[in-house]
Amino acid sequence: METLSERILEGPAGSYVDRAVDRAFAHDGTGIQALVALRGFKKQNLAAPEKVSIIYDHIAPANNTTTANLQHDLRDFSISKGFSFHDVGCGICHQIMSEGECLPGEIVVGADSHSCTMGALGAFATGVGATDMAGIWATGETWFRVPETINVHLSGDFSGFAEPKDAALMYIKKLGMDGGTYMALEFTGEGAEAMPVSGRLTLSNMAVETGAKAGLFYSDKKTAEYLAEYGKKADIQTPSDCSYERTVNIDLSNLEPLLAVPNRVDNAVPVTDYSGTKLDQVFLGTCTNGRYDDLLRFSAIVKGKKVKVRTVVVPASRSVLSKALKNGILSDIIEAGCTVCPPGCGPCLGAHMGVLGEGEVGLSTANRNFKNRMGVGAEYYLCSPQTAAASAVTGEITSPEELL
Amino acid sequence: MKISGHAVVIGSDVDTDMIIAGRYLRTTDKKIWVEHAFEDYDSTIAERLRGSVIIAGNNIGCGSSREQAAAALKEAGVLAVVAPSFARIFFRNCVNLGLYVFECDITGCKDGDIVTFDPDMSYVETGGKIYEAKELSEKMKDILKAGGLAGYLGEKR
Repeated sequence: METLSERILEGPAGSYVDRAVDRAFAHDGTGIQALVALRGFKKQNLAAPEKVSIIYDHIAPANNTTTANLQHDLRDFSISKGFSFHDVGCGICHQIMSEGECLPGEIVVGADSHSCTMGALGAFATGVGATDMAGIWATGETWFRVPETINVHLSGDFSGFAEPKDAALMYIKKLGMDGGTYMALEFTGEGAEAMPVSGRLTLSNMAVETGAKAGLFYSDKKTAEYLAEYGKKADIQTPSDCSYERTVNIDLSNLEPLLAVPNRVDNAVPVTDYSGTKLDQVFLGTCTNGRYDDLLRFSAIVKGKKVKVRTVVVPASRSVLSKALKNGILSDIIEAGCTVCPPGCGPCLGAHMGVLGEGEVGLSTANRNFKNRMGVGAEYYLCSPQTAAASAVTGEITSPEELL
Repeated sequence: MKISGHAVVIGSDVDTDMIIAGRYLRTTDKKIWVEHAFEDYDSTIAERLRGSVIIAGNNIGCGSSREQAAAALKEAGVLAVVAPSFARIFFRNCVNLGLYVFECDITGCKDGDIVTFDPDMSYVETGGKIYEAKELSEKMKDILKAGGLAGYLGEKR
């Protein structure tokens, strides 16, 4: 029997296949590099422009003339060729794609490493570089090595303040930063089935931090309900007995809030190990944790309090921002003293709107704590939205369990 | 035809932020990437890249998909990258830009050692020993032969 990756890619693990791509996307950073690569091809005709999305999120809006000129070039090209174009303010590419732009069973390729996010919807979604993306624009297809699969089996139910991000940090700790290289992860078990799609997106998003090519959940009733909100009909995928390379078990009921300590994502420890560490900035957002449910959990803790450290909140998309506005949680966040930036992902890669200074210590809900990534000479820790909220309120690393 | 270069040895889990930092990405001027290659990892590496073979530890090129990492190496005159394991996007990016990749473990190789490879073969030689590399797919070999994906598609289409 087949793994979900084998089923979607229609080939046995280890084989090489050429497959048409159902949905290809790039952002302002990689999209312009793909356009430069395309211009270096002998033939520059496009196979299926209607299957291509361009989303501006990395430096959005543009921060200087160089960036603005590059964005101008790609914007004109995308609109003139009939790409689905999402300009500044729409949101993070992975969030936009997950809001009804791709479906279970599809092959989705993005020019960004976190494209594996859409595995949460039962799509085979993976990241490539700019030249591969240009090749997909030109031919409509690409090659894949069908991956072997590691099963991440989630049992039990979250207790206390543990949440999907803590489960993500735990499976990465168990697998290590290269434990999933060339492979796919499949998330199964009662914990996976009970998890809302917003949490599944967090787990799939971080699959690449183990080196994995994809991180998939089987599409189910929850997936169908989620996509129905965006007017899309989703097929249900039934798991079959299949052979996994290995299985990693995580009991969600034993999880506590975790922190990934600089400079490795697999270096997860209990938040309480670092309680009291003074912070210069807290950042809530990114393709990992900028969704409505993340803002909701964050706001429940900061509501009626004042943050003691500069706190940057970046909703993952315009629809997240609108919903937070409509339901009042945005005012709770603003009145607590947080700075709300337009939807995008600038601070995560040290690009824009929340870069750290030398010697500063940050706490972030992002997916990477690599050296210098969020600011040269700064260091920062990764955590869940609730840990970010508790720490913002005290100005130092604090577990939400310590706060209350 | 065999090609030889001097080894530039780096560690495990060297991510693409270390190869080229995010602050240098927003340009199409490849010279900037060459100038700042490995700046946050070891600032002495950039000047040693021309004619080199990078000997890396596990999981080279993990993290961001930025093709500028592979492009910086290619543009700087790196001949090949050798590592026991590659992050897959970086691996594809190297192949797509015509930069040779060898998935094998060369233990004990030091900076400056001469490393030799044949572009058509899947092994590398150094210190009088031969190290077998994992065989590439036929398509990857064809892309490398064509000097990268642009050349490959130019021949096919």
